[in-house]
Amino acid sequence: MAANMKAVKLRMKSVQSTMQITKAMELVASSKLRKAKERADACRPYFQKLHETLADIANHNTDFTSVYSCEPKSDKYCYVMVAGDRGLAGGYNSNLFKHLEADAKEKDFVVVPVGKKSVEYCERRGYEIITRDYAEVAALTVSDCYAMAKTLCEEFRKGTFGHIVLTYTKFISMLSQQPDSMQVLPLSDLATESEEKEPVRNLILYEPSSQEVFDTIVPEYLGGLIYGSICEGSVSELAARRMAMEAATDNAQEMLETLSLHYNRARQASITQEITEIVGGAEGLS
Amino acid sequence: MSTFPLEIGTPDGIVFEGEAERIVCRTVTGDLAVLAGHCNYCTALGMGEAAVVLPDGTRRTAACIGGILTVMEGKCSVFATTWEWKEDIDVERAEKAKARAQEALNAKDLDDEAMKKLTARLNRALVRLSVAK
Repeated sequence: MAANMKAVKLRMKSVQSTMQITKAMELVASSKLRKAKERADACRPYFQKLHETLADIANHNTDFTSVYSCEPKSDKYCYVMVAGDRGLAGGYNSNLFKHLEADAKEKDFVVVPVGKKSVEYCERRGYEIITRDYAEVAALTVSDCYAMAKTLCEEFRKGTFGHIVLTYTKFISMLSQQPDSMQVLPLSDLATESEEKEPVRNLILYEPSSQEVFDTIVPEYLGGLIYGSICEGSVSELAARRMAMEAATDNAQEMLETLSLHYNRARQASITQEITEIVGGAEGLS
Repeated sequence: MSTFPLEIGTPDGIVFEGEAERIVCRTVTGDLAVLAGHCNYCTALGMGEAAVVLPDGTRRTAACIGGILTVMEGKCSVFATTWEWKEDIDVERAEKAKARAQEALNAKDLDDEAMKKLTARLNRALVRLSVAK
């Protein structure tokens, strides 16, 4: 009985220390979450409006002289996948990977992984990786995003791939995050079918020339979108981690309760046994 | 004068949203002003001073660096890499950045990449300073 008691005690100790860790991680995640949420909230309108504006241009565009606006030369896709640096965030990373799997099915594609987990995953699956420069998503700044956009645009111009898709996790609320894919290039991918049938075409004036305008604004637009998706991704990651850790702490608490019940039962049993032994011994003496 | 809806966004948030009478920006080819009733238009922004004239006639100046200016169906949207209102510019920081960039540019054996970066940095600092003064 004493051995059993000791085993339960040990188990309780280990659960307790795990709980301490999960509790601490939850607190860290929720304090970081506040900051990340502020950043994402500030960036979101820019992110959405930028995409809307470019989609608007794509819908009205009748000029196909620029590489960015004409029909893609290559059927190859490039996925920019924004995942996290660390695990223990519930389904945050794996949901995104599943989403990519489903989206990229039967397509010829290359990947630009952003975030350590993303790089690890692509390496494990043997995907073709364009650059590993962006393995740490937490350290990326706006200028890094613009630099990334520039390299992507160069590759796009060279014809390494014909489409660019941004895969990231959308932050819907503190409790729900949704992996999402966004077509970003070429601009013809942005155009929606319904508006194309508009009877009157609104022509757009490009200055100095459409080619020059697209060449300058597209890297800018891509950088803005990448930054936006990184903001969304990091806030989603923290929210997912906070939720996962909260659940883990609750589970640990529950386990502790059952274990302490077991422990008390074992203790009681051992005391009862001792008493019986003493009584038995005393009776034997008399 | 008639006004038009204007919005100015940067990656750090929307800095302006509302009616404006006029917006003046430095584009890649030179200064440009947009008034109400402009046709659909799209251009790329350069580095320079920008100004927004509000319906009550006040003129707010800002340092605007890089981005996109579009007018779609009467609505003007500016998506800038940075857009700092005159009153928000940190002059001290810009001075320091200017001095640092100039010093670095004096060094020999700079490759093209570094040269480009430094000149861009210097230009940004100069734009900020010229707006702030």
